[in-house]
Amino acid sequence: MIPSAFEYHRPTDVLTAVGLLNDHGDEARVLAGGHSLIPMMKLRMAAVSHLVDLQDIPELQIISVANGKVTIGAMVTQHAMINDAALAKAAPLVREAALQIADPQVRYCGTMGGNVANGDPANDMPGLMQCLDATLTLVGPKGTRTVKAREFYHAAFVTSREDDEILVSVSFDVPGGGHAYEKQKRKIGDYATAACAVLVGMNSGSCSSASISMTNLSDTPIWSKAAGDALIGTKCGPGDIEKAVAAALGDIDPTPDNRGPVAFKMHVAGIVIHRAITRAIVGA
Amino acid sequence: MNDQTPTSVERATKLKGLGHSRKRVEDVRFTQGKGNYVDDIKMPGMLFGDFVRSPYAHARIRSINTEKAMALPGVVAVLTAKDLEPLGLHWMPTLAGDKQMVLADGKVLFQGQEVAFVIAEDRYINADAIELVEVDYEELPVLTDANKAMAPDAPVLREDLAGQTSGAHGKKKHHNHIFLWEIGDEAATDAVIAGADVVAEETVYYHRTHPCPLETCGCVASMDKVNGKLTLWGTFQAPHVVRTVASLLSGIEEHNIRVVSPDIGGGFGNKVGVYPGYVCSIVASIVTGRPVKWIEDRMDNLMATAFARDYWMKGKISATKDGKITGLHCHVTADHGAFDACADPTKFPAGFMSICTGSYDIPVAYLGVDGVYTNKAPGGVAYRCSFRVTEAAYFIERMVEVLAIKLNMDAAELRRINFIRKDQFPYQSALGWEYDSGDYHTAWDKALKAVDYDGLRKEQADRVAAFKRGETRTLLGIGLSHFTEIVGAGPVKNCDILGMGMFDSCEIRIHPTGSAIARLGTISQGQGHATTFAQILASEIGISADSITIEEGDTDTAPYGLGTYGSRSTPVAGAAAAMAGRKIRAKAQMIAAYLLEVHDGDLEWDVDRFVVKGAPEQFKTMTEIAYASYHQAIPGVEPGLEAVSYYDPPNMTYPFGAYICVMEIDVDTGTHKVRRFYALDDCGTRINPMIIEGQVHGGATEAYAIAMGQELAYDEIGNVKTGTLMDFFIPTSWETPSYETDFTETPSPHHPIGAKGVGESPNVGGVPAFSNAVHDAFRPFGLKQSHMPHDQWRIWTIAHDLGLHG
Amino acid sequence: MSKMHLKLTVNGKAEELLVEPRELLIHVLREKLNLTGPHIGCETSHCGACTVEMNGKSVKSCTVFAAQANGSDVTTIEGLSPLGEMNVLQRAFREHHGLQCGFCTPGMITRAHRLLQEIPNPTEEEVRFGMAGNLCRCTGYQNIVKSILAAASEMNAAKEAAE
Repeated sequence: MIPSAFEYHRPTDVLTAVGLLNDHGDEARVLAGGHSLIPMMKLRMAAVSHLVDLQDIPELQIISVANGKVTIGAMVTQHAMINDAALAKAAPLVREAALQIADPQVRYCGTMGGNVANGDPANDMPGLMQCLDATLTLVGPKGTRTVKAREFYHAAFVTSREDDEILVSVSFDVPGGGHAYEKQKRKIGDYATAACAVLVGMNSGSCSSASISMTNLSDTPIWSKAAGDALIGTKCGPGDIEKAVAAALGDIDPTPDNRGPVAFKMHVAGIVIHRAITRAIVGA
Repeated sequence: MNDQTPTSVERATKLKGLGHSRKRVEDVRFTQGKGNYVDDIKMPGMLFGDFVRSPYAHARIRSINTEKAMALPGVVAVLTAKDLEPLGLHWMPTLAGDKQMVLADGKVLFQGQEVAFVIAEDRYINADAIELVEVDYEELPVLTDANKAMAPDAPVLREDLAGQTSGAHGKKKHHNHIFLWEIGDEAATDAVIAGADVVAEETVYYHRTHPCPLETCGCVASMDKVNGKLTLWGTFQAPHVVRTVASLLSGIEEHNIRVVSPDIGGGFGNKVGVYPGYVCSIVASIVTGRPVKWIEDRMDNLMATAFARDYWMKGKISATKDGKITGLHCHVTADHGAFDACADPTKFPAGFMSICTGSYDIPVAYLGVDGVYTNKAPGGVAYRCSFRVTEAAYFIERMVEVLAIKLNMDAAELRRINFIRKDQFPYQSALGWEYDSGDYHTAWDKALKAVDYDGLRKEQADRVAAFKRGETRTLLGIGLSHFTEIVGAGPVKNCDILGMGMFDSCEIRIHPTGSAIARLGTISQGQGHATTFAQILASEIGISADSITIEEGDTDTAPYGLGTYGSRSTPVAGAAAAMAGRKIRAKAQMIAAYLLEVHDGDLEWDVDRFVVKGAPEQFKTMTEIAYASYHQAIPGVEPGLEAVSYYDPPNMTYPFGAYICVMEIDVDTGTHKVRRFYALDDCGTRINPMIIEGQVHGGATEAYAIAMGQELAYDEIGNVKTGTLMDFFIPTSWETPSYETDFTETPSPHHPIGAKGVGESPNVGGVPAFSNAVHDAFRPFGLKQSHMPHDQWRIWTIAHDLGLHG
Repeated sequence: MSKMHLKLTVNGKAEELLVEPRELLIHVLREKLNLTGPHIGCETSHCGACTVEMNGKSVKSCTVFAAQANGSDVTTIEGLSPLGEMNVLQRAFREHHGLQCGFCTPGMITRAHRLLQEIPNPTEEEVRFGMAGNLCRCTGYQNIVKSILAAASEMNAAKEAAE
């Protein structure tokens, strides 16, 4: 497994990186941690003539927690997310999810930006960002713009990002209440058979906010507004949870693969969502 | 002797011989990254070879255009079948009496088949060139279902065999039929089953999987045109066999071929066969005059070299109403893929599948195996198994469970009343084997007691009741397995591969100062031969294992032997080592007698020395004897102290064991947790308990993988669906259970030290234990049989089909 | 495509080479620097046989381009026992039979080395989780886990004795 040849670029600032993408059009790809892209290049399923490595751009490496807002740079690795005390305190859901991605070595390399921008429905961070209602910041030749994570994904590997844009960071409000990230997989190193991120806020016994998103159960991550709505205003009793699960299942469309047929995935999704909601409520 | 002289026990301990958990000598190198595996070999001017492989499972090749590839700077040559044909090397014989294309000759028969061999200056240029070779394919109908292979309208796969009505193993019934191998008395079996109180019938499928050692297959071929010598380094579990086959194929005389197996990164049967990569590398080296390296990548490995299993086993088992088994009928449809390249002894086209009566005293039995061609890769290797013993053990251990269901009996009790009794050994099985020894009841009782079997059954019943009350969604399965292996192939009178008798060998040279070197015909792939063979010799010749170097794998220096697979190293080469050691001792005795001025018969062996009977203060140690053997003129005795033994075993050995798996199963997600795994092994005399335990851990983990998810899966047009380690299940440290090991010790009566071999037992016995645990969890809800692998969706499907999801 | 100058520190030694950017770090280490300790097992970043340490992180060098490694500090298994003396982990693997064929062992020990830097006193669960990026086909992991726990105890005891 040997990739085709390419030119390698290692810019030290975002504008230069964007310039390289602009110069080389669709022959160029951004390289973050590389653990999705490099295997595809080795299998010669991704052809890249210009590889723009973002590792030397300091501003992409920052985790900031300030004024009730969390910002995570695109090149922050899962390992860094797991080990950042401020982040763990502000948004423990991120740490919990990051720990369930791939394996230790991959987590040292795998980044927020790569995971979010690749548009792979099997990646965990996109669903998580939707759950957190994150804002994605993109920089391109025309400047900087933001897109909500819930509006970013259109189909497998098709996102709102233009070819000459770079995702530089994600940001979201420090979440309150309870949270959970439940993921069923075949083994460590596998993608999810079904995964679900949940945030729940409770106010005097009644659900004040709920956000539920799912991973690898459609050709994009799915944030289910209906599922959250089914909980808001309820006491989150068993029947309410059932309704939320049913609503969530109504929004997904899994496809069969080696992890199993559709009926199995739908059933497991129901269980995983149920467990995530239940656990989030307990912590709320 | 004075008080300072160590006692026999103290001296024996110092030898680190049999029974000592000696630390491995190999590990000093391996832990420091100083192993020497085939891909570590680097030679001046070395080229790199790799294959253009077929993307299709069945297609005609209209044309191959290599021009663009040849035009790429750094490409030295591109070989196709047309180039090999004048040498007669476009096809090669398989170990099973069939032939196999080295490079696609007019058509391809499985995805990943070798189509052209590109030779380039380095791997990178090679990979670029492979993309530039243009092959024009015409797709043909694909056959992937072995059960449809012999349909009248099934596509013709092997056009090269057109018109042939018989093959290497007798008559062919159909163009996709390879052989029917039958053993036992079918008429008598049918009669018993027809008249039986109770008959259980079931189809048991042991799915296709792959040994997938962490190191793939590969070689470096170097033809030295000046001296006419060919050297071939490679991942060979049987280097001497490779040398002989290479000589027969190439016409190069055997003394001009040197085959070397360096360190091998795991084999598990994957590295027994002879693969097109070896042939092409040799040809490429002859053509270019430069060394050529070929190393598979992981996808090549999973797609093209050496699958295992793929047996559809239809069984009928009959019993009296109180559970005494009266007969067993088994018919197998064996999927051999596109070429019959099974690595079985020649007279056993279905290997030792006829051990399928297992640990039970079954008066009459019949086995028929139909081998068929499909559009899948060839192989059929013994994946940590002695030639289809895994399939046999899985079959009988499932059939016994199915019978227990039919009889409404406890499966442990049913086994107990049908075990071959200790006093029945040596035992003649209905399918022709002579089981050398065993004590199944003792092992079984020990195992059941160790896990508190009755307590587990009570817990299980409580769990079922709680489940039915809606208080839990987790079931408890108790997986039982009592297996009998047949290993140590084997007696030359009935075991050979391509006519090469399956003896093995050991050559020992004692150095004048009392250390030694021994060479054997086997080759370690992680089993620790350098450690354990030295222990056997230490106990035989009284030289510390630390002072004995073990060498294997170089055909220029090692004595001829048939290699390492089928747990044969200890039973065969280990015996050869012991016998060679005894020859050393016999000569040493004569020398000692001369030195002590007594008659040979007046001496007795005491750990590391010959002692004059009745006069313990008069003795000669092996070290003293070794020195004298070289440096003192002894009338009538040749100088030196060397011996060689070629050991032809009188029988196989029959290790056995009792495994019990306790598993929790979540019926909603199909996930599971192994709560406990108890493995009792009886491998006869235990050479190195530490290594035995390690072998059991490793084999049980392979069994766990196979039973719970590992599968070489194909889609309906013959695409491999599990071609990387994302999808081909190899559990990590996180999923892998912990194991408790135990043992009984019933020495083999015919092996010089009573050892039987252990490497494969845990795979053979482990698979039914894990699978039976899954089945057992659902038995209270009416499950009879569900095919492996028991991955999450399949377990979920069991629960779903039983109505457990409401 | 043009070649590039690659500068890295490998096992404490400054190295300078001319490589194609697409060359994989594992190939540079094995074939250009003759460090054949790390191995190639799966090529898709699942098995960890190629694990080396890069800038204080365990990485799978089959999934790192040489170009990405430019300027880094790399340690391979060969760098863990530079004087040919087995270190604590290497001795523990031998003592507790934590290896068989030896093919996964260099990656396994290199990874364990980093794990114990980060979690000096791990539980069995932490070891199993922290080693889950390294596959072994021979041992079933039980003795690997045992080896790492034993090495941790020995290292901690040595640390305490020194304090």
